[in-house]
Amino acid sequence: MIVRLVQRIAILLAGLAVSSVLVFAFMAVLPGDPARVALGTSASDSAVARLRQEFGLDRPLVTQYLSWVHGLVTFDPGNSYVSHAPIGPQLADRLQVTLWLVGTGMVIACVLALPMGTLMAVRHRKPSGLLLSALSQVGVAVPAFLAGILLITVFAVGLGWLPANGWTPPVQDPVLFLKQLVMPALSLGIVQAAVVTRYVRSAVLDVLREDYLRTARAKGLRPTRALLRHGLRNAAVPVVTVLALQLATLLVGSVVIERVFVIPGLGSLLLDSVANRDLIVVQDVVMIIAMAVLLVNFLVDMVYLLIDPRLRGGAS
Amino acid sequence: MTPAPETGPAAAAHDDVLAVRNLDVTVGGRKLVEDVGFTIRAGERVGLIGESGSGKSLTALSVLGLLPEGLRASGSVRLAGVGHDLVGADEARMSRVRGKEIAMVFQEPMTALNPTMRVGRQIAEVLLIHRTRPDRASARAAAVELLAQVGLPDPEAAARAYPHQFSGGQRQRVVLAIALANDPALLVCDEPTTALDVTVQARVLDLIVRGVQDRRSALLFITHDLAVVATACERVMVMYGGRLVESGPVHEVFTHPRHRYTQGLIGASDLTVVDGRGRLATIRGSVPPAGRFPAGCVFRNRCDHATDVCATRPKWIPTGPDSGYACFHPVPGSGAHGTGAPTNQEAGRG
Amino acid sequence: MSAPDVEAGAASAVSADRHRRRPVTGSLLVGGLIVAVVIGMALLSFVWTPHDPTLVDPSVRLQEPSPDYWFGTDKFGRDVFSQILMGSRTTLFVGFVAVGVAALIGVPLGIVAGMAPRWFGELLMRGNDLLLAFPALLLAIMFAAVYGAGTLVAMVAIGIASIPHFARLIRGGTLQVMRTEYVIAARAAGRGPFAIAVRHVLPNVSSLVIVQASVGFAISVLAEAALSFLGFGTPPPTPSWGRMLQESQELLSIAPRLAVFPGVAIAVAVLGFNLLGDGLRDRFDPKLEDRR
Repeated sequence: MIVRLVQRIAILLAGLAVSSVLVFAFMAVLPGDPARVALGTSASDSAVARLRQEFGLDRPLVTQYLSWVHGLVTFDPGNSYVSHAPIGPQLADRLQVTLWLVGTGMVIACVLALPMGTLMAVRHRKPSGLLLSALSQVGVAVPAFLAGILLITVFAVGLGWLPANGWTPPVQDPVLFLKQLVMPALSLGIVQAAVVTRYVRSAVLDVLREDYLRTARAKGLRPTRALLRHGLRNAAVPVVTVLALQLATLLVGSVVIERVFVIPGLGSLLLDSVANRDLIVVQDVVMIIAMAVLLVNFLVDMVYLLIDPRLRGGAS
Repeated sequence: MTPAPETGPAAAAHDDVLAVRNLDVTVGGRKLVEDVGFTIRAGERVGLIGESGSGKSLTALSVLGLLPEGLRASGSVRLAGVGHDLVGADEARMSRVRGKEIAMVFQEPMTALNPTMRVGRQIAEVLLIHRTRPDRASARAAAVELLAQVGLPDPEAAARAYPHQFSGGQRQRVVLAIALANDPALLVCDEPTTALDVTVQARVLDLIVRGVQDRRSALLFITHDLAVVATACERVMVMYGGRLVESGPVHEVFTHPRHRYTQGLIGASDLTVVDGRGRLATIRGSVPPAGRFPAGCVFRNRCDHATDVCATRPKWIPTGPDSGYACFHPVPGSGAHGTGAPTNQEAGRG
Repeated sequence: MSAPDVEAGAASAVSADRHRRRPVTGSLLVGGLIVAVVIGMALLSFVWTPHDPTLVDPSVRLQEPSPDYWFGTDKFGRDVFSQILMGSRTTLFVGFVAVGVAALIGVPLGIVAGMAPRWFGELLMRGNDLLLAFPALLLAIMFAAVYGAGTLVAMVAIGIASIPHFARLIRGGTLQVMRTEYVIAARAAGRGPFAIAVRHVLPNVSSLVIVQASVGFAISVLAEAALSFLGFGTPPPTPSWGRMLQESQELLSIAPRLAVFPGVAIAVAVLGFNLLGDGLRDRFDPKLEDRR
């Protein structure tokens, strides 16, 4: 168990190291001169040189890389090349907004997908199961931003129940916060639910065919209780894997959803920075998203250990 | 056509534990088990033998109502003390019978236990489901006691362990402990020792026999291994092509088989009998896929004695209260062709 | 029996088994039909569209659907139906190149990772998994930040982001093939790894490649739509379903149909490729067939 833990931590750290080098190489080295990019082609050479000096871009690449990583680790990533404002507080603010969005979306996805997928598996031959299956197939095909636009059309434009867009921090006005959160979170959640439902169905179907479920029924458990008591925990491993993988999709989906609903999250920051040619901010946001995905993969490995006693042995 | 004493439809004699009548198992239009009938008395140990695909496992699963999805059973299965027919009974009724009146041990011990639940809880569960123990603590104590009975060293520790920490033989003991927990009237074992090492087989077999004897439970033991039947059972039924072809006391059937299939089966298991070229005896051809057996006598396409009359269905010819066969050209009664009890019995010696 | 005999016998047994009477499922039929329609639309747009999809005509702004303008017109007076037809070309083109890039890199990677010594294969897969932390959209935005937005950038980014899916699947298939008797026999007969990869592994994982290509197409249609929606995809005036959606957003209160038509087009195309992939998988993969 300890061996496995150490092994996983090593994999996490290696993953973070490799991806940070990749991001740095791509965002800071490939474009040539980030200062030139930030100021545009019309800027004078002296202005570019001043900016290079201000941000230490004239230092060796290894030094630049290490100071960037140091900044990220100490939550002090320095200033924007374009606005010269400190990036840290901005990142923190935006991350908070995106986490609300992604978190709520994930919860909605789970609440919908877990019972629906199980139901689809149990009734996989009955018309109701096939209907749900077909519905989920359609759901998978709908991009989150399209779901968002349709929700706006119906509930904001048509019925006028909810504001079409905007964002209010929960401490400022909890009611408005919730009203504004509903549609973007639903857009992310429903589409995710469709994807996750299909994996839940397949995992539960696999478990339904297991011998130990037959043993459970031979003991005198009815099919539903046998599935609940003996099946779901075993079906959880593949489902947790998918949930973790989907987090990357959800984070990226929120980039688009933030644009649709005019929400000042990490995604909007990313898009604005690309538009402003503020490469260091793009670099930071990309790295934060990659870090989040890698960290969640690590946590999922830990969850496996809780779910499946066979993995706790250490071997394999 | 019911190879059991005709005591009237579904009216089992008072010491019969199980009475199966006219059992069919079908999938789509194909019959996988056809017109099977037999009875098992209280405490009786009955073997059900046949090659894979003969329908023996499906027969057992129909008794428990655990047929795989898509397969349907029809006919009648009555259990003493249960007021309804087990065929066609709903899940609510069947779940009260399973694990209490009838228990089952399956072939594959490696996958029969829930990998994410401690073994003690898996045994205690069957006691709690049927409320044979009042609370968790006493069910747990009973589980430890059962683990001791099936011969696991350090039952306290075993109860706290997960299935993957046990060997195949040990897991089968756990499955047996679950099956015997509620002192069932009938224990059904489907090839319980086939997946185990030869050295372990004998001990598990011994535990099964002792377990049912101690509880006066009846045993329906399914296997393709004649030696195992010879050690564990008093009576044997032979299945082929979804039908019962012969039935009788183990000694009688093994020394004087009447059906040509039984004769072939026994000949094939006798490693001392060789033909002129020094080859072991085998049954010609191979078992057809399920539902593709010939009409009439299901064995006739592999039988050396088959004639035109075998295209019609052979009648069940009773030779005693619990014995009989269905063959137009039986082995003559003298037992001249009998080859004696099977000799590869190492698995059966305990 | 000599090794080549075993090889041929087992190989033909596997392929015979693979095509054992497996019915054409509903998903295969519906998916194939939808994909055929999308391809048909793209081909049709080369020879005919009712109107010039890029023609701006202020006199016919925001027309309702009519016999002349089947799906109506947008705020610039462009015919929506013609744009949908032309948009299918963009969608298919991006999907084709993206899936091509992903397969061209992912398949050899998967085969190498499956045939290489275990530790090296594991290492390759670890690196492969790292790519999963950079989904198509994120990668495309990174590319756009450095190189500027455009169709080529979008296609390559989507393609690279799809590599891990191909590699992982193909590695699994390769590991399976490497355990089969005919490969063991071929190795015993002294065949080199390259010959085994080309003669045995590739033909046997080709069905996986086809299935993943179909699913990958669906993913790339979604990614392209999202990119165009954000303005990182195909630049105007070339019609694209994603950008049509983006342009429709400010007019949702007066002309929601402008969102509905491209939205339905995207969803139906994705549905088609997903169903086709599912149907092909059912047909190719005997393991999943038991899922009855």
